[in-house]
Amino acid sequence: MTSPSPRRPRRGSLQSTVVRWVLKPALWIGCLAPAAWLARGVATLDLGADPVKTLTHTTGLTALILLLLTLTVTPARRLSGVDALIALRRPLGLFAFFYATVHLLIYAVFDHRFDPAEIAADIVEHPWVLVGFAAFLILLTLALTSPPPVVRRLGGRTWNRLHRLIYPAAGLAVLHFFWLVKKDTREPVLYGAILLLILASRFFIRPTRRPRTAAPD
Amino acid sequence: MIIRRPPDLPTAEITDEALYHDRRRWLAATAAAVAGLAVPRSAAALGQGQDDKPTPYDVVTTYNNYYEFGTDKSDPAQNAGGLKVKPWTVSVEGDVKKPGRYDLDDLLKGLPTVERVYRMRCVEAWSMVIPWNGVLLRDLLKKLEPGTNAKFVEFTTLADARQMPGLRYDVLAWPYVEGLRIDEAAHPLTMLATGIYGKPILNQNGAPIRLVVPWKYGFKGGKSIVKIRFMETMPKTAWNLAAPNEYGFYANVNPNVSHPRWSQKTERRLGEFFRRPTLMFNGYADQVGSLYSNLDLRTNY
Repeated sequence: MTSPSPRRPRRGSLQSTVVRWVLKPALWIGCLAPAAWLARGVATLDLGADPVKTLTHTTGLTALILLLLTLTVTPARRLSGVDALIALRRPLGLFAFFYATVHLLIYAVFDHRFDPAEIAADIVEHPWVLVGFAAFLILLTLALTSPPPVVRRLGGRTWNRLHRLIYPAAGLAVLHFFWLVKKDTREPVLYGAILLLILASRFFIRPTRRPRTAAPD
Repeated sequence: MIIRRPPDLPTAEITDEALYHDRRRWLAATAAAVAGLAVPRSAAALGQGQDDKPTPYDVVTTYNNYYEFGTDKSDPAQNAGGLKVKPWTVSVEGDVKKPGRYDLDDLLKGLPTVERVYRMRCVEAWSMVIPWNGVLLRDLLKKLEPGTNAKFVEFTTLADARQMPGLRYDVLAWPYVEGLRIDEAAHPLTMLATGIYGKPILNQNGAPIRLVVPWKYGFKGGKSIVKIRFMETMPKTAWNLAAPNEYGFYANVNPNVSHPRWSQKTERRLGEFFRRPTLMFNGYADQVGSLYSNLDLRTNY
């Protein structure tokens, strides 16, 4: 996705301790909160008039937000100079993938009774569905190439190039949202603007030049 | 033929709300979905081909599209409370023998009241079943006596920025305007509703008077009507103006003509988990099909 972490933060440094014992647990709690909220809603039958819509929309929106958060890790690291932040990137990305998967499953089961032919027809006929599905396929690829052994096998450079696909994935996700709303496009446009801002930041916030190492993260 | 209660919605099938809230069905559906993923297509029954139970009152009154009060489904119930609906004046204009500015009570005076349980299919592919109270539009037409050149009826709805926060955003060209061909307006299914579930209609549902055309997508049902105009030319309606390629003047419920962005083949009845097939003319084909025998429904969507 971005240039790999140039050097591993020294174990026991204050920064990496904070990331490991404060930020990472906070990330896990924050990322699991929407799922917990939905689970509670399912258990107490409290998901509004159209529960399936609530489930679909919440999981989709959470996936999009996490995708955007994943993309802010590198600019945040460069701005702050705290290299240890890179440790947040993979869990954020994988949680985005998790919510996207649940989102897709809810759609497949409740909207199409898991009928492959019907789902295929829906994907082909409706660009809105197609772009969502394309975004999912990208996230799937990125998730499958996330475990450290796979990263090592691919090599840092290839991995980096491949994981730049997260930008098109986020763009497709925003478009998916945009095409879904009937008329009031303020919300998807807001997320689109945030994505553009993150993308633009890559050109303004340059990485500081440091010796490269082979393996990322 | 006037049907007091359409035969497909017998009172006997009205299930009480407790059953709707039955958690077993919820759990069964969820379990089936989670465990199975192999829900047999024939057992698709969970949503399909079932009866038309009236949607619970609290759902009908909290899940609304009424953009003048905000575009979220929950906005109207939250923001419409302060709308002043009494006194209410409806202006009758155009090619009609008895034009004028009518107090709502005078406008409806002498018209027989009716109760109708209708399916309501939103263009967004969800649906409800609503027991309406009100009058038949045809009875009002008889009273107002449209002229011979009145080929269409236009309904203009309230646009009062002081009472309606949604007007701050020009999501649509306010005021919201809807319209019908005169024969559609005179059809015995078309009604002007002033109540739901036997109670006075709430603001978020279009108080004090709104249009109900059960074989058309829900957006045809203009809410809080302030003007009725009889005209020779087709009215310029709000959604048609906003996106002509997506929303036509007719807007008849039609599973065979997709919205450009999504399918209209199926719908989710609120309260159910799986989708059910959408019926031609929302299931009222026998009653209204003949209105469109000479119309290409593909181009006149």
